[in-house]
Parts: sequence; structure tokens; C-alpha cells
Amino acid sequence: MGSGTNIGKVRGLGSAKHGGSHWISQRTTAVGNLLLTTWLVASLLLMPNFDQATLALWLAKPSVAVPMILMLVSIFWHARLGLQVLIEDYVHDDALKFGAMTLLNFYVVGGAVFGIFTVAKLAFTGAAA
Amino acid sequence: MGHKTTRPLSPHLQIYRWSPQMAISIMHRATGFILATAGMLTLLWWLSAIGGGASSYAVFQKYVVSAGDDGSGFELACNWFFRLVALTVTFSFFQHLFSGLRHFVLDMGAGYELKTNRTWALAAFVAAIFATALVALVVASRVIGV
Repeated sequence: MGSGTNIGKVRGLGSAKHGGSHWISQRTTAVGNLLLTTWLVASLLLMPNFDQATLALWLAKPSVAVPMILMLVSIFWHARLGLQVLIEDYVHDDALKFGAMTLLNFYVVGGAVFGIFTVAKLAFTGAAA
Repeated sequence: MGHKTTRPLSPHLQIYRWSPQMAISIMHRATGFILATAGMLTLLWWLSAIGGGASSYAVFQKYVVSAGDDGSGFELACNWFFRLVALTVTFSFFQHLFSGLRHFVLDMGAGYELKTNRTWALAAFVAAIFATALVALVVASRVIGV
């Protein structure tokens, strides 16, 4: 095994010294998910009806748009960290792993931006007819 | 395999004897995957349908919630497909939530004694099933009108 030399670490024989930040981010976003998805579930249960007009007015309110955008950031970030671990554990081929990680990054960034833009547009320009 | 490794690999699922403790671990991964794919994609569709206006929301309503009595066979099949998705995502949400709370406790260094660990693993499953049933009942009575 490696003797702790630099080349030994590069070959995967030592810690990359980045594990801690991944773990902390996963827990931080988990707390965010806990608070924000609980808020969403409670809001849905208290919703008077599910007409588009009602939902659009609800979503456009700052007190709803802000936590919704925060929730999107938190859940997509958390999903990025979790699915990364799945890929690292189950995709053993280096090229496939690189491709899967690229797709994952495109998915979470694209999905989060799409969701945030949708909410922001409603909040800033009002509900479409 | 891209490269040969001589390091020992962790044995896979078929090696372990099933117990609540190992089941909750693999379920945490499985439910996380379901939430990250089916759950978040449906959430995005819902948000963009609200933002897209009444006609846009009607499409979401028709395929995901209910096509009504005059819905085509394909639309009704979609309704049942999404009811299954909704049930799976709801269970995944609560399972991942309670399993995640268990992880917070474990992160603090508590709950590793064998009996305690087993008890809380079982409790998370029970809580998830109970919460899913509760939501299913509320949705069935309020939204679909069953």
C-alpha cells in the first residue's frame, strides 16, 4: 500500500481530504429539506382548492416564492450529493462514471434553474391568464 | 471494469441476512433515487404547469390527476400510472424523511446499541407506512373525491 507519498495519494491510496465537506453539505441540505418540505406538505394540506388561479396567486406571494426557491436549491443540491454517491458505488467503469456524473450535474443544475425561473417569473410578473 | 482493483469490495445485498437495520439502509438509497427522479420531475411539471396558466395546468390535471368521466383510455391509464407514482413518491418521501431523522441521531453518536438500533429502524418503517396511509386517505377524500 501507499506510504503516504504524494503519488500514492494520487493513485487513490490516501484520503483526498474532501470527504468532510460532502458529508457536511449533505447534512446541511438535509436539515433544509426537512424544514422546507414540511412547509410544502403543510401548505398543500391547508390549500383551499387546487385550481390553477388559486395556486398561481399562492405561488406568486413572496412568502411562498422565497421558501419554494430555497426548497428547490436544497432538494436539488441534496439530490446531487446523494446520486453522486450512488454513481460512485455502483458505476465501476471510469468512462461511464464520468458520463453519469456529467449527466447528473446537467440534470440537477438544469432542473433547479428551470424550477427557480418558473417561480421567479410568477412572482415578478404575476400569474398568466 | 475500467481498471483492475485488488482492494476488497463490500459484499452486495444478496450476501447479507435481511434485518430492519440493513433494509432501512438500502431503502434510504432506493427512496432517495425515487424522490430525485420521479418526485422532483413531477414537482417541476407541477410548478411549470401553474406558471404556464390555466390551459397549461389543465394538461397536468388531465394526465396526472384526473381526466374526468369522458377521458380517453390513454388518459385514464396515465391517471392510474400517476396515482401509483404519487403513492410511491409519498411513501418514499416519508421513508426517506424518517430514515433521515434516524441518521441525524446516529450522527450524534447515539442509537448504535443493537436493540435500540433495530427498534428505531422498525419505527421509521412503521411511521412511514402510517404517514403514507394518512396522506392517501386525505387525498382520496379531498382531491379525487372517492
